[in-house]
Amino acid sequence: MIVVESLTKLYGTTTAVDAVSMVVERNSITVIVGTSGSGKSTLLRMINRLIEPTSGRVLIDGRDTGSEPGYQLRRRIGYVIQGHGLFPHRSVAENIGTVPRLLGWEEDRIRARTAQLLTALQLDPGAYADKYPHQLSGGQQQRVGVARALAAEPALLLMDEPFGALDPIIREKAQDDLLDIQRKFGTTIVLVTHDIDEAFRLGDRVAVMSEGRLLQYDRPEVLVTRPANPLVARMTGSAERAMRLLSLTTAGEAALPWTGSDGAADGPVVPTSASLREVLSELLWRGSECATVVDADGKPHGRLTVAAILARGRPA
Amino acid sequence: MTTLGFLLRRPTSAQDTPALARIDRLGALLTLVGAVGLFLLPFVTFKANRIVPGDPRGLAQVLPAWVALGCQATLAVVAAVALFGANAPLRLVAALAGIVATAAALAVAANALTPPHDLIVRVAPGAGFWLLLAALGLLATDAITRMRPGPGVRVLLLVLFLGVAGFALAHGTFDNVSVMREYAVNAAAFAVAARQHILLSLGSLGAAVIVALPLGIFCHRVPRARPGVLSALNIIQTVPSIALFGILMAPLGELAAHVPLAAAVGIRGIGAAPAVVALFLYSLLPIVANTVAGLKRVSPATVEAALGMGMTRWQTLTGVELVLALPVILTGIRIVLVQNIGLVTVAALIGGGGFGTFVFGGIGQAAVDLVLLGALPTVVLAYSAAVLLDALVELLDRVPQ
Repeated sequence: MIVVESLTKLYGTTTAVDAVSMVVERNSITVIVGTSGSGKSTLLRMINRLIEPTSGRVLIDGRDTGSEPGYQLRRRIGYVIQGHGLFPHRSVAENIGTVPRLLGWEEDRIRARTAQLLTALQLDPGAYADKYPHQLSGGQQQRVGVARALAAEPALLLMDEPFGALDPIIREKAQDDLLDIQRKFGTTIVLVTHDIDEAFRLGDRVAVMSEGRLLQYDRPEVLVTRPANPLVARMTGSAERAMRLLSLTTAGEAALPWTGSDGAADGPVVPTSASLREVLSELLWRGSECATVVDADGKPHGRLTVAAILARGRPA
Repeated sequence: MTTLGFLLRRPTSAQDTPALARIDRLGALLTLVGAVGLFLLPFVTFKANRIVPGDPRGLAQVLPAWVALGCQATLAVVAAVALFGANAPLRLVAALAGIVATAAALAVAANALTPPHDLIVRVAPGAGFWLLLAALGLLATDAITRMRPGPGVRVLLLVLFLGVAGFALAHGTFDNVSVMREYAVNAAAFAVAARQHILLSLGSLGAAVIVALPLGIFCHRVPRARPGVLSALNIIQTVPSIALFGILMAPLGELAAHVPLAAAVGIRGIGAAPAVVALFLYSLLPIVANTVAGLKRVSPATVEAALGMGMTRWQTLTGVELVLALPVILTGIRIVLVQNIGLVTVAALIGGGGFGTFVFGGIGQAAVDLVLLGALPTVVLAYSAAVLLDALVELLDRVPQ
């Protein structure tokens, strides 16, 4: 658990971050979203002390982060930045082994961990370990950046606009991969982005920042249904809020009980992982009233009618 | 292919282009220069003794008929390859064959013109010889450039060239050529001068690296200090070398007179001390400027990632920033080394030693051969240093930014 206590950063008379307090739960993804200049990156960098706070403190699992040298703290916290920042003069394996080497791991252990991470990120260790960053595509470089950040098994991973340099299609894939990785390793992730869609897609909780202040910090659906102030409402997009709400719920969660194939026979078949927004779109396209929801094995899980989906698109 | 290379290379499709357009332009120019050297200028200068003005002789005049014919035939073939040959290795071989033929002609001419056991007459290479050698040297350099050899091959070519030249010199092939006559007289002084020359160049470079590298890092870290430091070094760079040597004589002389320790370690107003100090000062700007430029080209994301992963400031500097800046820093060091090798020659004026001793001695005695004894090894030294460091820079710069 990370406790941020009235963290403040002043640059001269400018307040970059203004008394922000928040609690990040273990094994969750927290997304800090805001426009440029909102102080979101500064807040993130104060957690690993790349920037020293003017006042306030950060506790990780009850321990004050100010109690040890900054570089030692940072070796226990993963860090991913936009444009990956891979070392161009070191191979993929050497890049990934950076922090384990700083921590003095045995070479065998580093090699095994590197192979494990590359495999988890869908890069064949045999083919990629000895390549150099410039020989990789943008998406591959980004994945190596994530692997490098996870190398020393950090409990906490900080990400600053990690997908900012990727094109939209690769970005979506990278976001899915991150969710998989998070489930697999149970890492606590704090991610900064200016992209509200990304925030809603990834965040268990979303923090909205503006001009150094934390406007609202809650579950995504709460941000949509009960925005704390007009600015949050505008950022979450008041014209689209119903659709956004639908995109936060999966077909599996909202499915009505399976009662046989009545009425759904000619409708689309959708997986449980699809969002209600996607199911609605599919139904509109086909002119159907009812979709069949199937689980990963293709067995019927339930059904979804247009009316049932629409009911989910308004605040409870 | 660069624009320049495209201009130099003749079109590859031979069928549709008229014969004239297929002539290699650089080859045509070099052939013209070589022909002027061969037919219009004296190949050697014959002097009855070391000081008197020489008597110019053409190639055909001084060589036995069949040797002259052989040499001219070889050069004609070289010219044909230079004009019409598109194959770079073939051009290189032709140029080297031309150089060997020209050098051999010089040796044969010197032997033919020198009476047996005579140590008074001087046979000096003439303007024609130098022009031919320059044209052939350019042809060889151009051929090597077209072949785009890797750093290893370039160093190998240099070693090969130095080896062949050294072997011929040691073997006595050119003993009757005037420069080697001067060498025979000054052999002991030559060894001393060579040692001094290399020590002065490398010593001032080493001292400059020790000071300039931290200064460059400081300028990179503190951008406010950068304009001040760089303009101060710029001003030093604009002081002419002789003036700087002169300016330093007074304070160093004072220092030696009043501080016994300074005098004890060899600091004097004249000699090596002002030379080393002046060369050191000249060396600062290129190294500081290149260190700043090299560090600047390291991506800020890379540095932030290094710090963000828990590298200390020192680890980031030595393990990431300096490693990535190294090719650019080495380029600065290459500039300094080549510049120093040239400037050390001037240091002889204030008693610094080195090959300049022969140059200024030769000027004083109006003995051109003695000037060459100082100038030629300086050129070879500077050229070798440039090739070696260029190869090193390229070897280290294999990682694109």
